[in-house]
Amino acid sequence: MSDTSKEFCMYETAWCPGCGNFGIIKCLKQALEELNKDPHEVLLMAGIGQAAKTPQYLKTNSFSGLHGRSLPAAIAAKIANNNLTIVVNTGEGDSYGEGGNHFIHNIRRNVDISHFVHDNQVYGLTKGQASPTSSEGFVTGVQTEGSMNTPFNPLMMAIAAGAGFVARSFSGDPVQLVELMKKAILYKGYALVDILQPCVTFNKINTFAYYKKRVYHLDESYDPHDKMAAIQKALEFGDKIPTGIIYQEQKQTFYDKNKVLSTAIPLCEQKLDPSLLEKYSQEFI
Amino acid sequence: MYNILLGGAAGQGVDTTGTILEKLLKQAGYQIFSMKDVMSRVRGGHNFTLIRFGPEKIDSHSYKLDGIVAFNEETIEVHKKQLKPGGFILCDASFAAEGKNITKIAMNEMAKTIGNPKVVGSIAIGAILKSFGETLEHIETVYKHAVKSEYLDQNLQAVKQGFDSVKKHHEHKDGAYAKWMLLTGNQAISLGAIAAGLKFYSAYPMSPSTSIMEYLAGKMTEAGIVVEQAEDEIAAINMAIGASFAGAKAMTGTSGGGFSLMVEALGLSGIAEIPIVVANIQRPGPATGLPTRTEQSDLNFMISASQGEFPRMVIAVKNHEDAFYQTIRAFNMAEKYQIPVMLLSDQYLADSSAVVEPFDFAKIKVYQAPEPIFEGEYLRYKLTKDGISPRLIPGTKRGFVAADSDEHDEAGKIIECAEMRIKQVDKRFLKLKKLAMEIQEPEFIGSDTYDTLLIGWGSTYGPIKEAVQYLNNTSGKKFAALLFGDVYPLPTKLLAEKVKAAKNIVNVEQNATGQLARLIRETTSITCTASILKYDGRQISGEEIIAAVLKEVAK
Repeated sequence: MSDTSKEFCMYETAWCPGCGNFGIIKCLKQALEELNKDPHEVLLMAGIGQAAKTPQYLKTNSFSGLHGRSLPAAIAAKIANNNLTIVVNTGEGDSYGEGGNHFIHNIRRNVDISHFVHDNQVYGLTKGQASPTSSEGFVTGVQTEGSMNTPFNPLMMAIAAGAGFVARSFSGDPVQLVELMKKAILYKGYALVDILQPCVTFNKINTFAYYKKRVYHLDESYDPHDKMAAIQKALEFGDKIPTGIIYQEQKQTFYDKNKVLSTAIPLCEQKLDPSLLEKYSQEFI
Repeated sequence: MYNILLGGAAGQGVDTTGTILEKLLKQAGYQIFSMKDVMSRVRGGHNFTLIRFGPEKIDSHSYKLDGIVAFNEETIEVHKKQLKPGGFILCDASFAAEGKNITKIAMNEMAKTIGNPKVVGSIAIGAILKSFGETLEHIETVYKHAVKSEYLDQNLQAVKQGFDSVKKHHEHKDGAYAKWMLLTGNQAISLGAIAAGLKFYSAYPMSPSTSIMEYLAGKMTEAGIVVEQAEDEIAAINMAIGASFAGAKAMTGTSGGGFSLMVEALGLSGIAEIPIVVANIQRPGPATGLPTRTEQSDLNFMISASQGEFPRMVIAVKNHEDAFYQTIRAFNMAEKYQIPVMLLSDQYLADSSAVVEPFDFAKIKVYQAPEPIFEGEYLRYKLTKDGISPRLIPGTKRGFVAADSDEHDEAGKIIECAEMRIKQVDKRFLKLKKLAMEIQEPEFIGSDTYDTLLIGWGSTYGPIKEAVQYLNNTSGKKFAALLFGDVYPLPTKLLAEKVKAAKNIVNVEQNATGQLARLIRETTSITCTASILKYDGRQISGEEIIAAVLKEVAK
């Protein structure tokens, strides 16, 4: 019996009460439903972490892989079956720390997936160490003198590596977040949404109130197609934090460029022409 | 059979000359086994190709030479001691070396006159063809595929001039192999992968595995395969797993260093039950080791890589023909049992060329998993009698598919329940029970009665086979060998039977610690009485095995 419901039902979660992930998963559910996606054709993918539990909690296809390795698995799944809508939901440790190399190079590949990074500037699953985006001086049980490293700037990095859709939002701004998620999913190519979220248990600095006070929407006068302006905006992270589409550019995707994928038949359903085997053997004779 | 060596510095065309010459000799009807010995540098150093050819079956290389073609003087110095009585050295007229077995041709001068200093190799080819009683019949067909059209005439002219500048030393012998295939071990693996239905290959370049990716990339558009160069080996295997999860047959290839990075994801394939094929084309380690040389030292590593416990299979390929068929089998086993299957080859097989009977594509069976039959909710990790849960691909309207690196319930959701944990572990290992019935016993060769039983695995197949034949024909004593292809799970039936009659059990391995002997001892309590181990990065030859065996038996 197949389930024909278009609802992305939610399962019980294991997150702390008040966690920003609740806001994000609700928005994700709403975005997918408003886009009228069939849950059978959606594949949620993640690495490991608190945010990475997201695929477990919606009724759709799910892949919970290894810490840091969500992107390589996700882009390959999309290459294998272009009919799938693939959304990666995972944390900033998974995306920018353990998976930093994959972050850079999958931007360059530009496979049509969405990457929603739940960014709470702290490690949750491992209980409170600094994350790549933790602010300098952030004190933890490991960074006892405060984090000494320059915080990683995902938006700058994404723009520099050539991403065509770079956005930021806040888990406490569901109206904007749903809209950005929908645009990211509809965008043809790799789309990054860095989503600021509070961690009620381990981050007492970057709280809900902290973000609420600082975030502001980029208004209509802002042109996300202007790369230099986007870099300026990507650098803005302090008393004011801009949210919205920071940079957008339509680029050729992996599918556009790869000749094997130019046919309408997804890779996973393509069959080998058996006469080729004879032909390839002949080349050795 | 004959054995010649082409030697020179990197960049002097040793490899190209060897590749063309072996094709010409095969066209003349000969069996070929050619081996490459290459330094890890792009220019300079000392590289050589050994080409063994003749009308009879040839299983491996030999270091005893009938001829040396020297592109530099160092080649003569290094290899002249390997010449058999009556052997010759061919070199340029300008070289200082003297001796009655040295034939000098003004190759460099001739090449200059032809107008292309790079055709020196073709002059040498002409001279070799003449020396061995061959004709120029096949040069146009072979060269057409081997060189760019603008250089074709120069090269053909060079072959003819080389041909005319020496005398015939040997008579042509009739061989029946002109219509057989001449290919390298890595090409055989690549072709096997295509035949098995490969759709996605991701890898990071690493010697000596890269030529698999290169071959596949050359065919990708026509054969409908996505070949993606990954940013690192961790990405390569995670990509392969992602593609396989979504329904595209996937493979990655690397050498030991790259496989070290893939280890965690091997466990992901194990627990999430996502089929993948991983080829490890071994080279000497640890760390960077000897990048362009050969070893069989990753066996222990492959059978135990990754934390935790999960079923896996490791197949060592024995020769070029085996590499093709076992690659197909690796895909089939991975699909059927939803496990990672690892192919173990090495630089020796990867880069050497051999003549094999054309592959019989009609004989190939590609495993097709049955469509899952279920009522109600689809359960990706359903507990079944044989441990194999019917596999649905995400995207069909039939049900939701979950994959999880965490321990999970039948639906694929994270659990910590003790009871379900045990059930899932047991379910995964249950698959091995059925798989055990498909394990291939080692090949037994040699005399039915014997005192000494040699034991080997993978690429030492050819050298051991040759050694056993020789020993049985000449030593007055009787020898046999068990040659393993499947190494994990280890087949033990034939082993238990064949060791009974043996007074000496000698493992022959291309590593320092006797890894197969250890695995056999762990699994069966059977202990090898002596070991022949080589770990200098150069493949053991039949004659080296013969000498070592006779020394052991004489003890």
